[in-house]
This record gives sequence, C-alpha cells and structure tokens, in this order.
Amino acid sequence: MSEIEFLNWVRGPAFEIATVIFIAGVIIRILEIFLLGRKTNLAEPKGSEMSSGLHTIVSRSVPDKHTLKRSTFKIVSGYIFHLGLLITIFFFAPHILLFKEVIGISWPSLPTPIVDAFAVVSIITLIAVLIHRLRDNVLKFLSSTEDYLVWLLTILPLITGYMAFHRIGMTAPTLLAIHILSVQLLLVAFPFTKLMHAFTLLIARWYNGAISGFRGVQS
Amino acid sequence: MSASLEKGINALKKEVDSTVGAFFSSCVSCGMCADACLFYTESPCPSRTPINKAEPLRRIWKQEYTLIGRIGKMLGLTKPINHDFLEQWETLVYDSCSLCGRCSMVCPVGIDIAAMIRKTREGMAASGHAPEGLVGATKRAVTIGSPMGVKLPALMAQIKHVEKDTGLKIPMDQEGAEYMLLLSSMEIMNFPEFIEAIAKIFNKAGVSWTISSEAFEATNSGIQIGVSDIAAELVQRIVDAAEKLKVKTVISPECGHAYMAIRWDGPNLVGKAFNFKVRHILEILDDFRKDGRLKITGKETQKLTYHDPCQISRRGGVIDQPRNLINLFAEDFVEMPEAGKMNWCCGAGGGVSSNERADELRLKVFQRKKDQLDAIKPDAIISACSNCRIHLEDGLEEYNMEIPLMSLTETLAEHLEE
Repeated sequence: MSEIEFLNWVRGPAFEIATVIFIAGVIIRILEIFLLGRKTNLAEPKGSEMSSGLHTIVSRSVPDKHTLKRSTFKIVSGYIFHLGLLITIFFFAPHILLFKEVIGISWPSLPTPIVDAFAVVSIITLIAVLIHRLRDNVLKFLSSTEDYLVWLLTILPLITGYMAFHRIGMTAPTLLAIHILSVQLLLVAFPFTKLMHAFTLLIARWYNGAISGFRGVQS
Repeated sequence: MSASLEKGINALKKEVDSTVGAFFSSCVSCGMCADACLFYTESPCPSRTPINKAEPLRRIWKQEYTLIGRIGKMLGLTKPINHDFLEQWETLVYDSCSLCGRCSMVCPVGIDIAAMIRKTREGMAASGHAPEGLVGATKRAVTIGSPMGVKLPALMAQIKHVEKDTGLKIPMDQEGAEYMLLLSSMEIMNFPEFIEAIAKIFNKAGVSWTISSEAFEATNSGIQIGVSDIAAELVQRIVDAAEKLKVKTVISPECGHAYMAIRWDGPNLVGKAFNFKVRHILEILDDFRKDGRLKITGKETQKLTYHDPCQISRRGGVIDQPRNLINLFAEDFVEMPEAGKMNWCCGAGGGVSSNERADELRLKVFQRKKDQLDAIKPDAIISACSNCRIHLEDGLEEYNMEIPLMSLTETLAEHLEE
C-alpha cells in the first residue's frame, strides 16, 4: 500500500468505522445509564431539581476559592489542557472544513499561530499532568491502566497533529494519515473509557445539583 | 441481621440506579475529593480518598450494568468482590467517612460521592462487614427503640424533672396537637435542658405540641449502618405515631442524621409520601421568629460562632435559619472560614461516633475543626446537633482548648422575654 493509498484508507473506510463505533458507543453508554432508572423522590421538596441541576452543570466549572487553593495544580492544569483541546479540535481551520464536510455546518476559525500555541501549551500541560499523576500519592493510588491509556489517547492526536502541521520527520501524507489514525483511536476508545466523562459529566452534575437542590441547597 | 456475601452483593445491586451509572461513568480519578475530605487531609492515607471508599459499589455497577464490564467479567478480567475485598473496605466505609458530603460539593464532574458511600454501606452491612459498635446500636434501636438503650421510663423520669423545674406540663400523647417532637437519646440522657427549652419556647409561642410515648426516638441507626429495611422500620414507627396523634408537623431535634432520616430519606424508605410535614427544630424556631412568636431579650456579649452540622446544613438545607436565630441574641457573631454549606465536619457523624474502633481517628481529624476555630478564636461555639456537640467537647478537650459548647435552642430559651 502506497502512502496515498494508506491516507485514503484512513480518510475513507477507517474514518467511517471509527465514527460509527464512536456514535453507537456513546449512545449505548448513555442509554446504559438512563435505563437504570431512578425512583421518584417521595419527600416534600424544598427546591427545584431542574433549576438546581442546570445551575450545577454550569457552576461546577468554577471552584470555590478554598478548593482552588487546595487543589490548585489539578484545577489549573485541567483548565488549560481542556481549553487547549477545545481550541485545537474546534477552531483550527482545516478541522472546521472537515466538520463542514461531515455535518454540514461551519463556524469561524482562529488564526493558525494561536491554535498552534494552544496545541503546544496543551502538550506541555498534559506532560505535567502525567508527571503529577506519577508523583502524587493519591493519584498514583487511584490510577489504573485505563487512566494512563486515556492520557496517551488524548496527547497522541495533539502531538501527531503538531507534527503533521509542521511536517516533522515524515512526508506530509504519512504524517496526516498518522494524525487521523490517532484521532480514530481516540474515537473508538472514547465510549468505553473514562473519556466518556465529556458527555456523562453533564448528567452527573445535573443529578448532583438536583439531589442537593431538592433539599434546598445549591451544590 | 443474618449476613452473607450473596446478600451483600444483592444489596449493592439494589442500590444501582441512573445516578450511580452517571456518577461512576464520569470519574476521571482527579483526586480532588481527597483534598476536600478531612479524613484524608488530616490523616493522609491515599486509600481514604472519598471516591475509593465507594469502590465496592463501583465494581458491582461496572461488572453487572455496563456492556464493557460484562464482557470483561465473561473473560475473567474483572476484579473480584469477595469477603476479603469487602473486609479491606470496612474501615474506609465506616471509620473514615462521616458521610459529611463535602467531597460531593467539590467533585468537578459532579459525583455525589457521599451518596455513593452511603449506598456502599448497604452492601457492607448485608455482607456482615459493619462495625460492631454500629451493629449493637442498630440492634438496640430495633429491639429497645433507642440506639443508646433509652426506654420510655427514662424519658418520663427526665420529663418529670423538667416539669418540676419549669412548672410547665410536657404534653404526652396529645391527639390533635400541631407539632410532634422527636428527641435523640443523647438529648434525653445528656441534654434534658433541650426538652426544657422546647417547653418554654412553645409555651410562649402559644402552640400545641406533644411527644409520643410510642415513637419519641429521632435517631435512625439504620441509615448510619446502611440497612434500609431497619431504617424503614424505625421511620414507620414515627409515621404510625404521627398519624395516630393526627399531628400536622413532626419536629426533628438537634441531631444531624435524624433530620436526614425522617425529612429526606423517610418517605422514600417507607415508600409513601407523608401526610404530615417534617421540619427541623431550627426551621420551626425561625418560623416563630418570622411570625413574631419568638420574643428575645438580652444579648450575649461573648464572641460566638456556629458549627454547621453537615446533615442539617450541607445535606439538609437548613443554613440561614440558625444564623437568623443567632442574630437575635448575639452581639459578636463570627463565621468560621468555609462556614455554611462548605463547613468542615466535626469528624464524628455518619455513625463514626458509635464505632469505638474509630475513636482515635475521629480525634485526629478533629485537627481540621481546630484549625477552623483557631482562625477566629471564639469564646463559645453554638451547634444544633448533640452528636456534634459531644464530639466537639471531646475534641476540644483532646487539643486542650477551652471553648464552651452551646445548644442553639437552649440559648434561645435562656433569652426568652418573660
């Protein structure tokens, strides 16, 4: 297989397979949660579940100042690499072209040097996150193979994307194929690993806010 | 309570619902819950990280209720759930968690971790991995009617004293009364002044109230140890008494978990909505204040602070009422750092104080409360939970701090306008 053939395979059948697994997997996981059901609360409510739940979905992104002080590294590093991922995935011009091709809608992109800077900062932050995970007693204790796997799956597209954009080490078609393949790995693993938190945290935060709000406390 | 591994696993399965699925699906092992837990911060052992305490429930959910977990189980790749494993978790689930729920407020993905640990206790108790102290308290609650073994004659003896001291009649079993008061055994035995305070305040407020001789105990060991059947039985006694006496409102006393048990868990445990209201005593007193039925005179000049009992504030929603009430008599009221819904637990809630094995640890983690107190150096601490009060006294003594404890209700009664 020539490198162009390889790129075409990655862009074509492999892309379709990965997308189908991703979408079907996410749907299965979400159904898996909701089908478990939840009993109606029979106590007399003191506040609204719905509004407190929605409030917590947003407010949980902002830690209180004491928590920020106690968990500074976790919060700051988490913010940086999540923001970096958001910008590199959704605001890089070639990515927006791809979205337009696949889902038919597009939005303005950010200047490439800015996206590039965010990619670099995210890569550095993710490396720092890994070092922290390996050194911190609690994180070392909590971490399973899966935690390290999802770290790898997250940083790979950033690194391969950076290499493809700057044409480092290999020819352009091969670099691009490798980049797309790394994203496909992420997509395939996504529904079956902790990466799912990107979707389920909305449900979890809503429940948290709802449980608390029912009792009259904004969580 | 005959226990077996099978019963434990079934109990855990019964606890799995969509909240469990959403919560465990979202955990990214960030470890922020450890920073929010006094059992970790004051005694930093990584296994005490809150989310880890719910591991038995997580394993059941993963293995039985997720596609990937079921495949893993078929291939023999999952971690086992057996007696050895559960035994390892016993001290984590009971000794080093007071179900205070501070972790649930901090988790960035929104996991109600305390609720997951509470659910985990159902499996622990059913499989025979609950601490002896709590098992004993629960047995006494079922057979005698009180975790401390307080029977009706003991209550009647205290009531006789109160009636003699105040000249007021304590209305027992009065049908049609507006309020039915519950008491914790701790109040009956250690703080009968609470009954006296209620008698004075309710007399002044001109409202009818009563105590049921059949259901006066407010505490519920069932929800602490994690046996829903027993918790339901204890709640049902109160429901029966309230219905028999046709009261409009049942009052939960100065006790944290009692409020959780009767106000929030109660109807769900017995499976039907109550046809009476349940209020915490501080909510009732604050209503009296709003209606002008609570006339207070004289001020406390010393520097006062309020310790929020977790189940009343963070988990119960009664946060503003104590402050409204304290402002009636306090000249110098100071909040501890992080007071209110983010307050730090005293370290003895959630059954920790009934579990002698945890005595050393609960005093060690009291350091967190000490730090909070050191920041403002109050002359006295007000609280609204007798369990917090007893433990705060213990902790202060352990750390050679001389700060008196005050009950909010009792202090209000002392300041009643004649």
